[in-house]
Amino acid sequence: MLSLPLSFELALLEVWRNKSRFLLISTVVAFITLLVLFTAGLAEGLGLGNREYIQNLRADALVYSDKSELFVSASRITQKTLRDLRNISGVDAVGAIAWAPVALVTANNSVGVKVQLGGVIPGQPGEPEVVEGSQLSGKRENVAIIDRSTAIRTGLKLGDKFQIRSVVARKDELYEFTVVGLAGSQQYSLQSTVFVPYQSWEKSRPRAQLETDVDAIVFNLGLVRLSDPTNAASMRRQIVQSVDEVLVVDKQTAWENTPGYGPQQSTLSLQRGFTLLIALIVVGSFFRIQTLQKVAQVGVLKAIGTRSGTIVLASLIQIFAVTAIGVLFGVLATLGLAAVIPPTVPIRFDGSTFASTVVLMLMIGPLGGLVSVQVLLKTEPLRALGLAS
Amino acid sequence: MNTDSEPILETREVLKSYSNAGQIIQAVDHVSFAVRPGEFVALVGPSGSGKTTLLALLAGLLQPTSGEVQIGGQQLSKLNDAQRTRFRAQKIGFVFQASNLVPYLTAQENVELMLKLNGTLTRERAARVRELLARLGLETRLKNLPAQMSGGQQQRVAIARALAHQPDVVLADEPTASLDTERAFQVVQTLGDLIHEQQRAGIMVTHDLRMCRWVDRIVRMTDGRIAEVVDSPQEILALSTTTH
Repeated sequence: MLSLPLSFELALLEVWRNKSRFLLISTVVAFITLLVLFTAGLAEGLGLGNREYIQNLRADALVYSDKSELFVSASRITQKTLRDLRNISGVDAVGAIAWAPVALVTANNSVGVKVQLGGVIPGQPGEPEVVEGSQLSGKRENVAIIDRSTAIRTGLKLGDKFQIRSVVARKDELYEFTVVGLAGSQQYSLQSTVFVPYQSWEKSRPRAQLETDVDAIVFNLGLVRLSDPTNAASMRRQIVQSVDEVLVVDKQTAWENTPGYGPQQSTLSLQRGFTLLIALIVVGSFFRIQTLQKVAQVGVLKAIGTRSGTIVLASLIQIFAVTAIGVLFGVLATLGLAAVIPPTVPIRFDGSTFASTVVLMLMIGPLGGLVSVQVLLKTEPLRALGLAS
Repeated sequence: MNTDSEPILETREVLKSYSNAGQIIQAVDHVSFAVRPGEFVALVGPSGSGKTTLLALLAGLLQPTSGEVQIGGQQLSKLNDAQRTRFRAQKIGFVFQASNLVPYLTAQENVELMLKLNGTLTRERAARVRELLARLGLETRLKNLPAQMSGGQQQRVAIARALAHQPDVVLADEPTASLDTERAFQVVQTLGDLIHEQQRAGIMVTHDLRMCRWVDRIVRMTDGRIAEVVDSPQEILALSTTTH
C-alpha cells in the first residue's frame, strides 16, 4: 500500500527545508508563465485588432469584387452591385463599408491620430452598434460614431467635435465632424476606427482630385444580412450565381484573409509553443538533475523499506507543488502587469486562452518530471551498499 | 547473548554468482552460518571477499543463486519484491556508511521515519524515540538536520533509526568508515551495547579489525567463503587490539 501522507510529508518537508532552491525553479516557472500568457495575450490582442470589426458585423455574408483575391483594399463594390444584392430573395438587409486611412485631429492634438475612416450606409449592416449616444442619421451629415479605442486614444466624448485631415489634391484638407455615438472596440487592421455616413466619407477621404461624385461611390465590401442565417452557406452560393463578378465569404474567412493575419497568428502560436517547450525542458532538467543528485539517498530510502511508489509520489507532489506555486506567481504577475498596461497596447486576455495556458503550464511540471520519475524507479536499493546489480 | 535460543538469522549454503565477460564469479560461495538474538557478529575480510554482497543477501536486496536466507523463520526467497520491501521495513534495521540519513529530515524525524514506514508511530513510541536519541547523547540535537551534526552524531542517529522499529536483525555496512578512531569506537560500542541489550541479531561488515572489540564473533571471509570464525572473547580481544 502506498503511503500518501508519508509521500506528502517527505515532499513538502524537502521543499520547505530547501526553500531557496525550490523558489528558484518556481521563479523560473513564474517568468515562463508570464511570458507564455503575454504571448497568448499578444496573439489574442493582435488577432482581435485585425478581426474585431469584421467579427462584430451584423452580417452573414461579405461580398468582395471577384478580382480582389479577398484583399479588402483591392475590392470594389459598386452601387449597382448593392442594388443587385438587395434584389435577391432571402436577403434581409444590405450594407457596405469603404475604408480610408486618415488622421483625426482634436483641439488637444493637432498632429493627429491615425485612424481608419469607415464610410457606411446608416442603419444598414456595417454601421457598428453604439453603446452610448445615437446611431448615424442622414447619409450626408457630418456626424460620426467612434470606437472605444479611438475614444481612449483621443479623449473624445459624445458631442465633441473633431477634424479629419486628408490629403486632397496634394494638400491637407480638414473636415469637421461631431461625435454622436460611441461604439465598443471595433478595430480594423490594428487601427482605431471612426464611422461616418458614406457621402460624408466620400467628401472627406484622401483623393487625387478636389471634386467628388457622391452618387458614384465605390465601397470596399458589400455586407449582407440574411433572413435565415442558418442557410448562409447556400445563400452565399446563390449570391455568387445571381450577382456578376463577386466573391462571397463568411466572416471568419474574411478576417483570416486579412493581410498578415495568418502569418502573425502562426508566428505567435509557434513562439508560445516554443516557450512551453523551453519550460518543459527547463523544469524537466531541473528535477532530473535534482533527482540524480539524490540517487544515493533514494537508494537508502528503498533499502530501509520505503516503497518505490511512495518515493515517486513524493517526487510528483513536489514537482506539482513547485510548478503550481510558480504558475500562481506567474498568473498574479500577469494580472498585475495587465492592470497597468495602457489599453492601447494590443494585449487581450481571453478567458479560455488564459485558462488553457494555465492548465498547460501546470501539466508541464509533471510532464517534465517524468524523466526524474524514471530515474527514481530505476534506482536500486543496492546503491545504499555501494553495489549495483 | 542467549546461547539457548533459536537463531533468528540463518543462511544455508548461500551461493551468489555473477557472469562477467563469460566468466562465472562466485561472490558468495556456499556460506552457512546463524546468528542468535543478542549476538553481534563482525564480517571481516579484504576488499572483494564477498562480505558486502553477503550483507545484501541477508537484507533481501539480492537474491541468492542458490541456498537459503531465513530471518525470523521467514525464507526470503519466498517473498516477492514488494513483500521483501515490507519485510525490510519491519524486520531489518540498517546502518550504512556516511551520508545515509535523509538530509531534509531532523534527527528525530529520521528515526521516526521507520515507525512511519510501518504505520506504528504513536505518541508513546515517539517518546521512546526521544529517549533512545537521548541515550545516544543526542538530546540537544533532536531538531537538527544531518548537515548540522558531526559524522559521529549522524551515525548515532542512524543507529537509533536502525533500532527504533524493534527489528529482528540490524545490519551495519562499514558504519565507521568515515569516522576518526575515537568516534568510530564510540559508534561501534554503542551499537554493540544496544544490540546486546535489546536482543537483536547484529551483523557488521568492517575491514577494520579494531572495531571488533565489541562483537561476539568474527567471521572472516576470503574469496566468497568463510575462511575463519573466531568466537573466543580472548581471541577477539587479541585480534582487535593487535591488528592495525
